[in-house]
Amino acid sequence: MRIDCPWCGSRPLHEYAYSGDATTKRPDAERDADLSVWMDHVYLRDNPAGLHKEYWHHVSGCRSLLVVTRDTTTHLIESVSLAVQPSKGGKK
Amino acid sequence: MNQQCNRSSDGGMIDRSKIIKFQFDGRAYEGHPGDTLASALLANGVILTARSFKYHRPRGICTAGPEEPNALVTLGRKGRSEPNIAATVIELFEGLEARSQNRWPSLRYDLLAVNSLIKPLLSAGFYYKTFMWPRSFWYALYEPMIRRAAGLGALQNRPDPDRYEHAHIHCDILIVGAGPAGLVAAKEASRSGARVLLVDDQPRPGGYLSGESLEIDGQPGAQWAHEFADELRAMDNVRMLARTTVTGRYDGMTFCAVERVSDHLRARNTKVADLPRQRLWTIHAEQFICAAGAIERPLVFDDNDRPGVMLAGAARRYLNQYGVLPGREVLIFTNNDDAYLTARDLSAAGADVIVIDTRKKAPAAKLLPGRLKVFFEHALTDVSGHNSLSSATMTPLVVKGPKQTMRCDLICISGGWNPTTHLLSHLGQKPQWSQKIAAYTMIDSGSNAFVTGGAAGLFELTQGMEDAAKTGRNAARACGFSTEERSVLPLVSPNSSYAIEPFWRLPKQLSDGSKSFVDLQNDVTVGDLELSEREGFGHAEHAKRYTTLGMGTDQGKLSNVNALGLLAELRDQTLSETGTTTYRPLYGPVALGALAGQRTGAEFAPVRHSAMHDWHAEQGAVFTHAGLWLRPYYYPRGDEGFATAVTREVRAVRSGVGMVDVSTLGKIEMKGPDAGNFLDHLYINSFSKMKIGRARYGAMLREDGMMFDDGTVSRLSREHYFITVTTVNAASVLQHMEFCHQTNWPELDVQFCSVSEAWSAMAVAGPKSREVLERVVEDLAIDNGAFPFMAVGNGTIGGAFVRIFRISFSGELAFEVYTDASYGQSVWEAIMRAGQSLDITAYGTEAMTVMRTEKGHVAGPELDGRTTAADLGLGRMMSQKKDFVGRRMAVRDDLVLDTVKQLVGLKPLLEGASFKMGAHLVEDPTGIGANVSQGHVTTAVYSPACDHFIGLALLSGGRNRVGERLYAVSPLHNEQVEVVVSDPVFVDPAGERTHV
Amino acid sequence: MRYSAGSLLRNALSGQMHWRKVWREPEPKSAYDVIIVGGGGHGLATAHYLARNHGITNVAVLEKGYLGNGNIGRNTTIVRSNYLCPDNIAFYDHSLKLWEGLSQDLNYNVMLSQRGVLNVFHTPAQRDAMIRRGNAMALQGVDAVLLNRAEVGKLVPIIDISPDARFPVLGGLLQPRGGSVRHDAVAWGYARSGDAQGIDIIQNCEVTGFAIENGKVRGVQSNKGPITAKKVAICVAGRSSLVAAMAGLRLPIESHVLQSYVTEPVKPILDTVVSFGAAHFAIVQSDKGGLVFNGDLDGYNSYAQRGNMEVLTSAAACAASFMPCFSRLRMLRHWGGINDMTMDGSPIITKTPVKGLYFNGGWCYGGFKATPTSGWTYAHLIANDEPHELAANYSLSRFETGALINESGSGPVPGKH
Repeated sequence: MRIDCPWCGSRPLHEYAYSGDATTKRPDAERDADLSVWMDHVYLRDNPAGLHKEYWHHVSGCRSLLVVTRDTTTHLIESVSLAVQPSKGGKK
Repeated sequence: MNQQCNRSSDGGMIDRSKIIKFQFDGRAYEGHPGDTLASALLANGVILTARSFKYHRPRGICTAGPEEPNALVTLGRKGRSEPNIAATVIELFEGLEARSQNRWPSLRYDLLAVNSLIKPLLSAGFYYKTFMWPRSFWYALYEPMIRRAAGLGALQNRPDPDRYEHAHIHCDILIVGAGPAGLVAAKEASRSGARVLLVDDQPRPGGYLSGESLEIDGQPGAQWAHEFADELRAMDNVRMLARTTVTGRYDGMTFCAVERVSDHLRARNTKVADLPRQRLWTIHAEQFICAAGAIERPLVFDDNDRPGVMLAGAARRYLNQYGVLPGREVLIFTNNDDAYLTARDLSAAGADVIVIDTRKKAPAAKLLPGRLKVFFEHALTDVSGHNSLSSATMTPLVVKGPKQTMRCDLICISGGWNPTTHLLSHLGQKPQWSQKIAAYTMIDSGSNAFVTGGAAGLFELTQGMEDAAKTGRNAARACGFSTEERSVLPLVSPNSSYAIEPFWRLPKQLSDGSKSFVDLQNDVTVGDLELSEREGFGHAEHAKRYTTLGMGTDQGKLSNVNALGLLAELRDQTLSETGTTTYRPLYGPVALGALAGQRTGAEFAPVRHSAMHDWHAEQGAVFTHAGLWLRPYYYPRGDEGFATAVTREVRAVRSGVGMVDVSTLGKIEMKGPDAGNFLDHLYINSFSKMKIGRARYGAMLREDGMMFDDGTVSRLSREHYFITVTTVNAASVLQHMEFCHQTNWPELDVQFCSVSEAWSAMAVAGPKSREVLERVVEDLAIDNGAFPFMAVGNGTIGGAFVRIFRISFSGELAFEVYTDASYGQSVWEAIMRAGQSLDITAYGTEAMTVMRTEKGHVAGPELDGRTTAADLGLGRMMSQKKDFVGRRMAVRDDLVLDTVKQLVGLKPLLEGASFKMGAHLVEDPTGIGANVSQGHVTTAVYSPACDHFIGLALLSGGRNRVGERLYAVSPLHNEQVEVVVSDPVFVDPAGERTHV
Repeated sequence: MRYSAGSLLRNALSGQMHWRKVWREPEPKSAYDVIIVGGGGHGLATAHYLARNHGITNVAVLEKGYLGNGNIGRNTTIVRSNYLCPDNIAFYDHSLKLWEGLSQDLNYNVMLSQRGVLNVFHTPAQRDAMIRRGNAMALQGVDAVLLNRAEVGKLVPIIDISPDARFPVLGGLLQPRGGSVRHDAVAWGYARSGDAQGIDIIQNCEVTGFAIENGKVRGVQSNKGPITAKKVAICVAGRSSLVAAMAGLRLPIESHVLQSYVTEPVKPILDTVVSFGAAHFAIVQSDKGGLVFNGDLDGYNSYAQRGNMEVLTSAAACAASFMPCFSRLRMLRHWGGINDMTMDGSPIITKTPVKGLYFNGGWCYGGFKATPTSGWTYAHLIANDEPHELAANYSLSRFETGALINESGSGPVPGKH
């Protein structure tokens, strides 16, 4: 498998570290004291057979977290984007 | 004996002017350059080459390619000995030594051939039904017996003297197969400018053409292929790899291929030592063209495994490519037109040939000279001969007619051709049954992939090349190149046609009950498949697993389709309904050494050394492995043992001064207006309000509330922090921080990166540590007033910039000195020199462990991923005022019970007693066997300060059990020691020594 | 038909013509007492023990494909109980005891081969962790032996025990009762036994939904029509999240691919099952002579039963480094199985919020070796609506309460267990 890093281009798998489901958002401690909200974030997963939005960490490259949409049945990658879009003032 | 008695006087692609000497089973033979071991054996009239797996039946050479199921030999000697290599793929070299296998005492007289006699008992799956009575016999007798019979060849327990390497290659279009289709496709694709990689498993290009007598553009086919390939090779954008098998297709257009670099050079004394034996290629392509040709399948009939029964295409190849006439009295048994080419060529070479065709008629019959007899609607039965053939009988299939028994020394069989689509299936595409060619083809080759030539089921050469040209252009277009439609196709003469009618097995009434083999290597017969179906294992996958069909080294390349045809017949299904089993990588067997590449032995993983490593080594340090690092474990002096040295090192620190290399710690530099805020999110305690120029111990959790790591965080300026993390977690903590920043708190303005390799670090510890450092540190006052406990400052040592942190892991007055890694050793040596008069002592990781245990500091054994901060006595550090990673999950109901395991200290009840790390704590040592463990010893050391053993342990409800007596039991050592639970801090509980 | 010396001989003399189908191929009835979703090893074992231990035989096992096509047929066949967490030790050792009597229990030879399972360690820290584990086992009455370097070399002469190895061997923890089992035979043996006790095993029957009314299960929808049942038990390793989702459940599970590799068959050279502490790597030689091994998970969610080249080459590097003679041994084939990895590395056998609906899954690396006791305890749960004591802690609620069974200690990152 290869992932097309928006900064570095197409790179082989061994440059990346898989970093899990990208659909969960860490709850806000102030707002979300309820355990079930945390259960959702830390433990429960949709684990779909098909398109899966997930984080990949380009650890042997630019060290960006990428949000990759990949089909878990075919490993075809539909889209790749940066987890954090560069700010307007920054580089393209 | 008559050397090379079967060698023709001319023809073929061998160099008759040179002789190669080789041995098979200890006997000397001769062959020529261009031979394989198989062709050379056939040239010398060697028919019997192997014994089969289960029945030990005599077997000969069946094919001329990597699909060979029978003729497996052990090649080479000692460390280079290699079992199970097909004689058909071994390029002959001077001095080659091969041995037959799976026989005792000899190939000709094999005692285990007795298995053939008890065949009625050894049917498919027989072992599931038996060997159960009496139960004890299974262990004592049956299982050892089964295991002894296992395997074909034997592997030597010797290291491999050869070298392997890995390499990557990128291309626009990967073409597998340099036969006519692959060559034409490559030409067409490369004309567009696309970068083409053409890979073929043979020494020379040509594929199918090498074994044929046809002409292309007026030249012999093989010669045309070579010239065509030479033209391709001259192009800048074409690369060709010979002797290279593409073994697997992986996701993302990645392919694995193995190149046999030097096996064939071994004996010629070229500079083999400089070459790897094999090279594993990772190929990255945009588009893939499968032009891998087709593999012939056998016919299934009684005793179809006798030595001398050979695939028709193979016999033709032996003649045309190797100049070997493998038989003179030849029966050709076929259900398709292709075998007629064999009849024509062998006959032209002087053999007596008779064709037996299962069909009513054959368009190809017109190719044959008139004198050549064809028996239509006949089958071959009653094959006789043991170690070689003597005769066989032609039996009418439909009407009752006369049988005719003929002498023969070669039977050529053809059951049709199977397109080689394995690589297209590796990503899950399923082949479809084609009635027209009676074979499975790949109609949908999947994304970014094409199939052409024989692999596409196009068995007529002109048609195959025409399609290949188109495919080459299409692939180039798919890569974004533009192509012209112009192409002049070579002229083939004579162009052959292909017609076939499936014939899955001899009709029952014609069989005399002899074994008809479907899988030659694993000895799976028609009877086995029938039994399998009878018992409910009729699904293709069940039949495979029940009978072991297709599980040999050939992975069913010859047997699978025949088995599926047979199963379809038995189950009254179409072959589309039967479907196939799953084709998986590898296409052909690959040495684990080649897959491993350079990563073996000492190169299995990199070794990391600190900048002071040479000094440690010079001092005679004994090293220990910590992740990839080698760290000084202890520094023995004279004939000191482990315990003595460690105790000496600890005493030196506690009473004077010592120094330890802590360069392996992970180090992270963090800057930005929100750095403090970010650290507050990561750690259970706070750093945003910490004073500049101060360090603080910090602990961080995983989001599930368990302890993740600990270390120190120092504030160097308003927006600048320096962080240390444990050696083992150096990489994962940085990853965690980046993950948290980029997903949870991207709005925070903070930057950080690892500086682990940039800094060397050493801890100078002991009551005299300041005295030593004051002798060398410049530009920084380190007296207690100016530089109190947990102070941080910059200075120089011998002109080198240093950061000094007054922090202590040992519990003594101590300083950690960080410097640019390139000055690491000189700063270390400067401090050593300065401390010489104070008897400064280098200490290793074990002395560090002893001292941190004496202080009750936690480390790896306590941070085992199952403990919370509270369990380890760090609960009060958890800030109530802020959110941090793991905060919520750390206080789940069952994690805050009184009974959770908590950190305690341990002392032996009897002074002088010792206990083991990994011992468990129980109240009653007689209860072993029931689940009575209440905790376990995480660390156990002899404490010089206490002068007895001490330990740390995680004990259920431990904090309320101080003073309680328990047993530390280690059944593995047959040991039980009475211990007393104590506070985990054994030395200087008030922490006064660090403050002086 | 019972297998006996008599039946074998009769068939040997008659060209094997008297063997009957090992199981029937029934069409589903409209109603059952219990439906088991999933005809893999665990589902078939559950059916067997429902009949054998609880007398419940009005049972259907619904299998989407062919019987035993899931992980039961694509694992490395290793059985052992050398775990660390007390719950796992007890559970897996019960399983090992059932393995020891299984051929007789099923009248089907599953070819248990107890040649020992050896965990090799390389560093003092790994040694201490192994001592902790071995003692935990011994404290529960499970066999465990600590070996030093020389003893490792004597037991398995092909291991490189030289001090020059990149990760020199320090010693090993041996479980003599561990070993391997012929994996397919387990599915077939349980299926044959269940079938003989009256259970309907229905292949090519895919469950497409659950009938749930007022919080209680009424049956399933399938490609062969609706089938009602008083109780429905999910047992679909590799598809757990997908099937559970049809009942509205969300699980603490990620599905990952674990590759297995097999080499050409060679004469016996490795008697013991061996794993190494320097990398995730375990290897066994089958009774046919092939070396079967596996390494790390590929590490990302996957339902494709195939692996990548990176993990393939790493696993080969382990084999060729730890056992240098394997460098010239050739790999024939590799494939992937889908491991449902829970967030703490231990399985789940539980009731669900839907009354009458049960869940068994999340076996991580332990599914094959757990098969007998998974069936045993799941059958108990289904029959009594109460967990068996051996599996009582394999609950879903443990993630909420924090009573995790954290076998590897690596936290809620399933790809890293």
